Amino acid sequence: MSSANTAHSVVAPSHTSKRVAGTIVIVYALITLIPLVWIFLTSIKSPPDSISYPPKIVFTPTLEGYCNLFTTRTRQTPDYIVALPEPTSTCDEVTRKRNMVIAGPSNFLPRFVNSLVIAFGSTFLAVFLGTLAAYGFSRFKVPLADDLLFFILSTRMMPPIAVAIPIYLMYRELGLSDTALGMILLYTAVNVSLAVWLLKGFIDEIPREYEEAAMIDGYTRLQAFRKVVLPQATTGIAATAIFCLIFAWNEYAFAALLTSGQAQTAPPFIPTIIGEGGQDWPAVAAGTTIFLVPILVFTILLRKQLLRGITFGAVRK
Amino acid sequence: MAEIRIENLRKEFADFVAVKDSSFVVNDGEFLALLGPSGCGKTTTLRMIAGLELPTSGKIYLDGEDVTFNRASARDIAFVFQLFALYPHMNVRKNIGFPLLSQGMPRAEIRERVEETARLLQIGHILDRSVSGLAGGDRQRVALGRAIVRRPKCFLMDEPLGTLDAEFREVMVHELRELHNRVHATTVYVTHDQHEAMAMADKIAVMNHGVIEQFGTPQEIYRKPASMYVADFIGSPPMNFLRFTSGLRRGASAVSLNGVDVIVPEIHQDVAVGELALGVRPEHIRFSDASPLRGAVYGSEYLGTNQVVAIETGSGLIKARVPANRNFHIGETVGLEFTPANLALFDCKSGRAVASSLYSGGQHG
Repeated sequence: MSSANTAHSVVAPSHTSKRVAGTIVIVYALITLIPLVWIFLTSIKSPPDSISYPPKIVFTPTLEGYCNLFTTRTRQTPDYIVALPEPTSTCDEVTRKRNMVIAGPSNFLPRFVNSLVIAFGSTFLAVFLGTLAAYGFSRFKVPLADDLLFFILSTRMMPPIAVAIPIYLMYRELGLSDTALGMILLYTAVNVSLAVWLLKGFIDEIPREYEEAAMIDGYTRLQAFRKVVLPQATTGIAATAIFCLIFAWNEYAFAALLTSGQAQTAPPFIPTIIGEGGQDWPAVAAGTTIFLVPILVFTILLRKQLLRGITFGAVRK
Repeated sequence: MAEIRIENLRKEFADFVAVKDSSFVVNDGEFLALLGPSGCGKTTTLRMIAGLELPTSGKIYLDGEDVTFNRASARDIAFVFQLFALYPHMNVRKNIGFPLLSQGMPRAEIRERVEETARLLQIGHILDRSVSGLAGGDRQRVALGRAIVRRPKCFLMDEPLGTLDAEFREVMVHELRELHNRVHATTVYVTHDQHEAMAMADKIAVMNHGVIEQFGTPQEIYRKPASMYVADFIGSPPMNFLRFTSGLRRGASAVSLNGVDVIVPEIHQDVAVGELALGVRPEHIRFSDASPLRGAVYGSEYLGTNQVVAIETGSGLIKARVPANRNFHIGETVGLEFTPANLALFDCKSGRAVASSLYSGGQHG
């Protein structure tokens, strides 16, 4: 395509409309990014800086928030602290300035690991089951397929919290309360309907001829599915996985209700940091910042697929 | 390489009968074209041979073995799809080698076989390219490569030239026939294009509404059409039908067309009085001023080497293919003469051909 052609093209956007679109995107990005930037800035402020008014834009960064996030501390007399040997880490040093010593690790790390296990575990299960179910709905004559699909979708029509009490009681009976398995199953159940619907759309777009060709080439249906359908469905699978992961990662209500101890995820844990010895906003902000990282990394890794996933069906290959 | 035998094959989809009790045999090494309009059951027949559809009733024998309900993967056949179905996530080499991989063949041998196949199809230079960037003809060759690399018992092709443009189609028709001559594999080729069928096939099965109307060599199909449907489907322009009402007697060799006697091949059956049609190919019409059979020129199409002239006669509009050296004026009255030996007669009610010496010796379905 030469530039002379595009300049006169009726379909290509003009310079003005490109500029307007660009401005809108930048403004939107600023609106959505400012809270994130603020959270990050708060996480590297000292507690007094974090609550000062007017808010400080220029300040001395400190790792105190992160130290407080990962540790529990006890208050000591200045004499006791002076008598201690030289601090062995930055965190020791920062903590002693506040007349405290590190007593041990906090619960943040295990809670964060819980979040990782539960979110990725449920995403894997939901996408795995969703792919198989979507393939079945797409390729086989399933009796009452339309009704079943509607039924699957209907599970998303109510707010999940509407079933919180029955689920709470069921989980207590079954011994699934406060277990990672229980949370994985719950998030899988919620996500699988989304996964089936999204993936069915993607698999419907893959012509049957590919599988037929593979079966004629000597493969069984399952082999054809694995070697021919799956590689072509990666875009859809990646997009679906991101949606499922974001849901499972951010879910707060059920996590707060069903987990309190060993299986607690990060979202219900982070607010509990506030209570310990005054409002420790930098520690909360540090927890939130770290909490954002996995989704950020996952989304950046799969962003091409996500983009194609959102526009799928609009453009044929 | 193998013989394909189809016996009373039938396929119903809910209340629609796609294929009605078809039977035919494709001999070892033969090229059969299943020819018919869309929806006539030709693709369904092919897919049943491939094992992609299971028949409602009937039998399919491959090389003498009953494979009616065998899995597609267990039939040792190759299938070329209309849209080629090249695996988009594999390059050309992997696409061609894919059937061999399923047999657990060692890598070195696969490599060798793929390269040998590529040489045969002259696509050696694109082996490491991605299939998505290939031109139509090369995609076609890769699809063929994937079919022949395994040396299967037979090839099934579902309108493989349907998506190519006209110019390229001619080239591929030639290449396909050449390939067939070299590998001599039994082939069933589905098409709606009579030129492809005529140019490539040893035998043609003309299908309509799930029924095989006629099965025979291209010559038989063209010269001795078994039904008005076949006569009308094959040839361009198709066979002319001059309708008249009469009865026929065994042994007669003339019919009366609006009071004009026309000599026809000797009739071999008695036909009760009813509507009949005299079938005349456009190239079997000559202009003769003395002929009592008259018509008025309606229009003409100049085709270079010859021309097709439409003539309004008492029995309807007919088209004649005549040398291009004569000019006709619209409305001009002309006399017409038919080549007697090539005339066919049809019973309009049943649509079938009337037995005559035109058909004796050949197949009459």
